[in-house]
Amino acid sequence: MGSFKGRSIISLRDMSASDLVQIVETAGRVKRGEVGGFLAGRTVAVMFFEPSTRTRLSFESAVLHSGGSIFGFASSDSSSQSKGESFADTVRTVMGYCDALVIRHPVEGAARLASELSTVPVINAGDGANQHPTQTFLDLFTMHEAVGRLEGLHVGLLGDLRYGRTVHSLAMAMSMFGSRLTLVSPPSLRMPEQFKAELSNSGIPFREVQQPEEAGTDMDFLYVTRIQRERFVDPQEYEAVAHCYRVTAETVSNLGGKVKIMHPLPRVDEIAEEVDGLPNALYFKQAHNGIPVRQALLGLITGGLD
Amino acid sequence: MERTYKVYSITNGTVIDHIPTPQALSVVRILGLGNEGILTIGIGFSSKRLPGGKDIVKVENRELSRDETDMIALIAPEATINIIKGGVVAEKRRISLPDSVKGVVACPNPNCASNVLGAESKFDRVGGQDPIYRCHFCERTTRIVPELLVRTRGR
Ligand SMILES: [Zn+2]
Repeated sequence: MGSFKGRSIISLRDMSASDLVQIVETAGRVKRGEVGGFLAGRTVAVMFFEPSTRTRLSFESAVLHSGGSIFGFASSDSSSQSKGESFADTVRTVMGYCDALVIRHPVEGAARLASELSTVPVINAGDGANQHPTQTFLDLFTMHEAVGRLEGLHVGLLGDLRYGRTVHSLAMAMSMFGSRLTLVSPPSLRMPEQFKAELSNSGIPFREVQQPEEAGTDMDFLYVTRIQRERFVDPQEYEAVAHCYRVTAETVSNLGGKVKIMHPLPRVDEIAEEVDGLPNALYFKQAHNGIPVRQALLGLITGGLD
Repeated sequence: MERTYKVYSITNGTVIDHIPTPQALSVVRILGLGNEGILTIGIGFSSKRLPGGKDIVKVENRELSRDETDMIALIAPEATINIIKGGVVAEKRRISLPDSVKGVVACPNPNCASNVLGAESKFDRVGGQDPIYRCHFCERTTRIVPELLVRTRGR
């Protein structure tokens, strides 16, 4: 196993399959209570240049659960950015106050830049439409927890495959584990050629369909995403695809009944509430798994865990 | 009748030949040349190899490194390089796409850290025959075209 100590976590592109396995296994130790208090005496700074309450609270909770201290800001209004301080200077200043930096920024590549300026490790908590690696780690952890493996899974990705960075990252991660993918979207929201080319290059079989039922009955996971209004310039284009998917109990049974349903949340109407009570529904568990996964990651990069 | 080239021959330096017309100025730009001695630029010569015509750039008293001349492959892969020493060709050089490109090319993504947060642009080659590169910051892939060249080289 490689050492994570001092390492910044910016993009799935920097990760190997064994890195991902190590994160998943460490998160399992954290969740089972085999390790604890490993951030004692350590301080984490959260710098959110755009608001994201869920992600921020998840990191804060992770730090507190592991005995660490946390400080930071929740949006750029409350930071010295509004006084015109450069991003680089903010990073150089705050890194002197902490053992790790968690950064969310609307500009793509901001976390990468921060990691190159910082002497403490940086975690990318979302950089525009680019990457949000900890979401992918908790997705993988949830899959592993549900079926005991990551290799050779048949995974369906449903919804906005064009703009959704979550599904792009997940597809990239699954390609490291010999998965088979079914890409379910309306034609206008298909996965960009660039990502499909990467899947082809890594030898991953995938199929593009418009309805989940076209995937057959051997799907292990159906990963549902929201079609986000804010991604569309043209409101008519949004309305044309806004409510085209709704996963119901019938969908689950049409898919053979064993399929597990995932969603990064928040959902709008893509998953009917009747699914919540089925054993197939994993999405709330998935959201809760953000805590042990982020605990594990912070422990690994600060040297509190190995 | 064969027309005599109206480009002075040089005694020492680098001759960049077979640049497809009209890319000579882009070649000058990608090399960051301009204030370092005599530069001769010829545009629109007829060429057997390049039916659309060729341009020539001669850089006097400066032997460009391989890293420098490989940058030319981004926009003019057909170009050939002759290093001139004492009036004779000391080296004929082929060019190939560089593995990474720093500073010379602007990322076409307006929401990229290299455009918004003052980071120097950096691209890594994706592979294949074409000049397709991935931005080090926003991770988008892009085909490098002359329109993406920045005016001066960050140095
Ligand atoms: Zn970029």
